[in-house]
Parts: sequence; C-alpha cells; structure tokens
Amino acid sequence: MAHAAAAARAPERGLDVYTQKVGMWVFLCSEVMFFAGLIGSYVILRFGASDSWGQPGEVLNVPVTAVNTFILICSSVTMVKAFAAAEADDQKGIKLYLFLTFLMGAMFLGIQAYEYTELILHGEWQGSHGFTPQAGLYGATFFTMTGFHGFHVFLGVVCLGWAFKRSLAGEWGPKNTHGLEVLGLYWHFVDLVWIILFTIVYLI
Amino acid sequence: MATMIAEATGQAILTEEHKQSFLRKYIFSTDHKVIAIQFLFLTLFFLMIGGFLAMMMRYQIAWPDQPIPLGGIFPESMVASGYILPEFYNSLVTMHGSIMVFLAIMPMLVGVYANYLIPLQLGAHDMAFPRLNMYSFWIMIPAGILTLSSFFVIGGAAGAGWTLYAPLSARPDLTGVALGQQMWLASVVLIGLSSIFGSLNYITTVINMRAPGMTWFRMPLTVWALFITAILGLLAMPVLSAAGIMLLFDQTIGTSFFLPEGGGQPLLWQHLFWFFGHPEVYILILPAMGFTSEILAVGSRKPIFGYKAMVWAIISIAFLGFIVWGHHMFQSGMNPALGLTFTISTLFIAVPSAIKTFNWMGTMWRGNLKLHTPMLFAIGFVAMFAIGGLSGIFMASTPVDIYIHDTYFIVAHIHYVLFGGSLFALFGAIYFWYPKMFGRMMNETLGKIHFWLTLIFFNLVFFPMHGLGMVGMMRRIYDASGYRHLEGIADTNALITWSAFALYASGFLFAFNFFWSLWRGKKAADNPWDATTLEWQTPSPPKHGNWAEVPVVYHGPHEYSHPGVTDKDWLAQNERPDVPSPAGGH
Repeated sequence: MAHAAAAARAPERGLDVYTQKVGMWVFLCSEVMFFAGLIGSYVILRFGASDSWGQPGEVLNVPVTAVNTFILICSSVTMVKAFAAAEADDQKGIKLYLFLTFLMGAMFLGIQAYEYTELILHGEWQGSHGFTPQAGLYGATFFTMTGFHGFHVFLGVVCLGWAFKRSLAGEWGPKNTHGLEVLGLYWHFVDLVWIILFTIVYLI
Repeated sequence: MATMIAEATGQAILTEEHKQSFLRKYIFSTDHKVIAIQFLFLTLFFLMIGGFLAMMMRYQIAWPDQPIPLGGIFPESMVASGYILPEFYNSLVTMHGSIMVFLAIMPMLVGVYANYLIPLQLGAHDMAFPRLNMYSFWIMIPAGILTLSSFFVIGGAAGAGWTLYAPLSARPDLTGVALGQQMWLASVVLIGLSSIFGSLNYITTVINMRAPGMTWFRMPLTVWALFITAILGLLAMPVLSAAGIMLLFDQTIGTSFFLPEGGGQPLLWQHLFWFFGHPEVYILILPAMGFTSEILAVGSRKPIFGYKAMVWAIISIAFLGFIVWGHHMFQSGMNPALGLTFTISTLFIAVPSAIKTFNWMGTMWRGNLKLHTPMLFAIGFVAMFAIGGLSGIFMASTPVDIYIHDTYFIVAHIHYVLFGGSLFALFGAIYFWYPKMFGRMMNETLGKIHFWLTLIFFNLVFFPMHGLGMVGMMRRIYDASGYRHLEGIADTNALITWSAFALYASGFLFAFNFFWSLWRGKKAADNPWDATTLEWQTPSPPKHGNWAEVPVVYHGPHEYSHPGVTDKDWLAQNERPDVPSPAGGH
C-alpha cells in the first residue's frame, strides 16, 4: 500500500505562509469588497447629486479629524513596534507598544464619538440644525461609512485589549508572534481604509 | 432535530474514544463532517418549506377563482375566506425565492458538501478554522428563525421579490410590509456572514492543508469547483451585505440611499444587488458542476475528459461571472451602450459552459456506464443544464430579452438551471456521498423511481413555462385570468400545477428513502462506487480526525480503467500504479 512507501508526512506546499495569516488575508479580501460596496455607492450617489454635499470644512471638522487620522497612523507604527519587540523577545517593549496601540485606538474612538455628538447636536447643514444620518445623502453616507469603519476600529481595540492582557502574562515572544502579526494585518487594513475615507469624505 | 443529527452521525464518532461532552460532539461540534450533516438536515428542511410555498403559488395561479383546500388553517392576514390574498401571494413569491436560494440550495451546495468533501478529498484532518466553521453553521439558525417568523409579524413576510428592487422594498407604504422586510434583510446579512466565514475556511484549507502529493492539478474537480465558489462567495456576499445594510437604513432610520425623493438612486440598488446576484448564480451552479464531473467519471469508469480544460473553464466562468451583472438590467433604464457590453461578456460565458458540457459527454462517450441513481441524476443535470444554458443565451441578447423580460420565460430559465441544474446535481450528490456520510446505502429502486418522477414532472412543470412567457404571462402575477392576451393558457397552468404537486410529492419519496436508509439501509462498504478520490479510502463513515495516517497522493483524481492496473478498473489517489494493491489476486 501507499502508506508503507511514504516516510515524509509534510503536507503539500501551500503558500509557505502559516494558516492564520492566509486566513486573515482572505478575510481582508472580503472586507475590501464590503468597503468597496459602501465607497462605490458613495461615489455614484455623490456624482449623481453633487450639490447635496458640503464644501470641505463647511460641516465636518477637518482639523480635529486630521489629528484623529494622525493618531490612527501612529497606532499602526506602534503595532509594528510591538510585533518587532515580540520577535526580539523584548517583553517590556511588547507591553509598552501594545498598550500604546490600544490607547491610540481607543482615543480614535473617543474623538470620533465627540465628533458625532458635536455634529448631531450643533452641526448645520442646508438649514437644518444637527447633522444626522437623516441629513440627506451627505449625512447618510457620512455616518454609514465612518460608522462601519468605527465599528471595525472598535473590534480591533477589543482584540488589542486582549493581546495586551496576554502580554502582561508574558505570552508573546519569538516563539509566539503569529497572533500579533495577524492582528497587525487587520489593524493596518483598518488604518488604510481610514486614510481613503478621510480623503474622500473630509478632504474632497 | 438535534437528536436526529445525533442519531445520524452517531456511528461516525462514537467509535472514537474522545472525552468530549455530548454537546461538543453533536451540537456545537467543530468536526467538519458533523457540521456538514447539520447543514444537510437544515437545508433539507428549508427545501421542503420553500417547495411548499411554491405549491401554494401554483394553486393560486391555476385556480384563482377557487378557495384553496384547508385554507382555514392559515391566519386571516394570509388566506381570507379560503382565498390567498394578493399581499400574501407577494410574500409567497418573495420567500420561495429567498428561502430556496439562501437557505436551501446555497447552503446545501456549500455548507454541506464544501464542508464534508474539502478536508476528506484533500487528505486533511479538518478545516483550517474548525471553530469558525461551527459559527458559520450556528449563524444560520437565527437567520432561519428570522425568515420563518417573518410570516407571522404584522404586515407579513417580505413581499418585494427576492431581488428587493427599491423603492418597492425601501418604502413600507408601497407593499404594506415593514417589519417582515427588515427581518429579511437582517437574515440575509447573517447568511452573508455565515457564508463569508465558510468561504474563508474553504479557501484557506485548500491553499494550505492539502496532503503530501496533492498538487493543485491533482485536486478532484469537486474541490476545484468548491474552491472557486468560495472565492465568489467571499467577494460577492460582502457587497450584498453593504447594500442590504443601506436598504435597512432606508427603511428604519430614514436615510434615502435608494429613494429618489431624497436624491438616492433606485438603479444603484439594482447594480449592487446584481453585482452580488450574478456571481451568486455561479455559486449555485459551479459546485453542482463539480459533483457532476465526479459522478460522471465514476459512473463511466473513465477519467474525466479534459481535466485541465474543466479547471480553466471553472475559473473563467467565475471570472466572467463578475462582469456580466448588467444582463439582469437591460430593461432598467441603464445606458443601452452598457447593455451591449454586458451582452457580449455574457455570451462569452457560453464558451466555458460548452467546454464543460462537451467534456461531460466526452467522459461518458464509450464509457462503461453504470446507471446507478447518482449517475442518472448527473446525466439529468447535463441535459437540464444544457436546456437552461441555451435559454440563457436568449436572455443574454438585449433585443430578445426586452421581449421576454419579466415573463414566465425567465421563470422557466431560472428553474432549469437552479432545479434542473443545481438540485439535480445535489440529489446525485446526496445519493452518491450518503454511504460515506452515514455508513449505509440509500435504496436504489426508490432512488431510480425518484429520479424518473423528478425528471418527468420537472419538465412538465417548467418546459411549458417557456411558452407561457412567450405569450406574455407575467412573472410574479397573482391572477393571470383577467387578461385578453392570456386567454387560453388556463389549461397549461392547470397541467403545470398538477405536475408541480407530483414533483413535490416525489420529493417525499426521496425524504422517505433518506430517513428510512439512515436506520434500515444496506450497510455500505468503504468504497461502494469503486471511486478513486481520497474520501473513499477511509472507513464509511470516517472517524473523528479523518485519517489515522495522512495519505500520500501519487496522481490525479480520476484514474479509472488505468492501463497499468489489471486487477480492478480504478486506482485510488493514494495508490501507486507500480505497487500492486494487496486486494489484487496476483
């Protein structure tokens, strides 16, 4: 029988990438399509009714969001630092950078919550007080897109909290980096989506 | 249902000495085989429900002036003094389509067989992410409950058609359905999530967990088809989720993405829906093509004709599937120049489809045909798919489509590919892999009777619908009797309805066979069909973990009538032609 002939039991070569990482890449493909659906709709709706949109800065608070964008980008840097620290077995570094990433993710959410509150309570758009999801296509697309992005950040922050908790027990290290790498992939993706959203929603 | 699943899969796992609780073994199991069987029971249940809705529709169409029998058992909001209400008829149409697509056929093709076959045919112990796999099943339960319970809320179930065209679907005042529509959308978002989790698992497993020697071009065509299907699902479902969420917002929080009065675009919904919807069509047919290829090779005792061409045909159908969605929208007011592009890209699909059809015939040509039930259904698939594919070419060309758009011609076409195609292949697959799943054979005589009844009544139901469409009978119409151009089709409609009842009844013959064989069926050998792929080289049913020893693969998947083997007419994927098998009498 065939079994007798085979000494080696290594699986057929796949991508030479470990399974969780392949899984995350595959998952991110579907995330790309989800945001492509939202962003594509936004582009089509906006081209179809461009006078329903305000000038940059007219309704949305660009400076505050620019700061927020900067915070999110910095959190991607610290995420990389945390992964590098795990590879170098720098336990203090892992804890520090994971905590910073977690903190900046949470700050992003806090500032977004502040932004939403301000817009809903004091925003002004086409004569109505309060810029809400009901404020025409502008409000609807704004809150849908940034809201779903915020939800993704929230999930990321929860996972970062979990990763930080594990780092306190010293569980990350050169032998255990996969979780951080996969989480990092997700986090960078969320960051990248935000850069696109910031550009097309706030700046254009 | 839980106990049924437990009974059915009992033999599969009881043999294993595992210190797992009952709950972990049978209910919240992470074993891909148990999950597949859970999906099988769930989807067969929804197949029955979806069929029942169709029977009610058929009664209404054939005899609009007669009260339906036992009409009194339905609430007044559905059937008033024996007559099906028009609003309820809209719900029947909508929910028949939605249930069949989202809760019966798609999860049966993918949830059942991708789960069951991918690890077994690739020589893997389980899926890449077993826990995620478990979630993908359990997410379907609330989705199913939402769907079924939506019939009983105020306003009834969704009634804007399964395609949910806005603004009809977005404004509750137009259909009278508010909550039901929202429950539909919530259910579809959940199904989308389940499908994405599933796809993630299938793709990762195929990429990274193949047994040694199982190179890409040694994978069985079933796995190829399911792999490509998973990619389609992964990329198409999120777009539906995004669109569905926007539609849900239109209904609930007062946005106007798809409402023209608020600046929104109804046509955007159609684009988003069909950007998902057309790949969905191939999600529903590619796995069926995979099963058919497998069964035809086994039943013809020949290698599949043109294995690589088959693989590339699957890939090109999937690719083309993403750039043809506009052919559903020729009548939507879309730019006619765009229509021409979609016509051309659609006609291209005929090429890979024809490659597959001719290769199936080439496989059967001068084969040593074994006409067992799975083989009959596979041959039936090829014939019915050819008819459905040819009527598809009619619709692909804009001028013809304008004439037959939204008529029963379309209804005939969709059922030739979805019932004559997907469901025929699924019946074949159920009969074929039943012995592996449950360790017993289904009854062959009942199976053959089931096949012939299904084939005859299927054609009596759906073939005349082409004609009804040509004379202009409108799709989704509640009462066709009041139109001058539809005078004289009442008899045809009555024939269709009687045949539909017979078709539905033959489904119960299948159900009887299925459940009776669970306990009373003949004990199955490990490899009852003398097949070559890896799943048949395990015990029937396979144990927890699938393999005591990971198999090593030496050649392609369909080595039937191999010239180097004299003692039998097949060579398993983990057997070498130069090593005589111990079973042989040399």
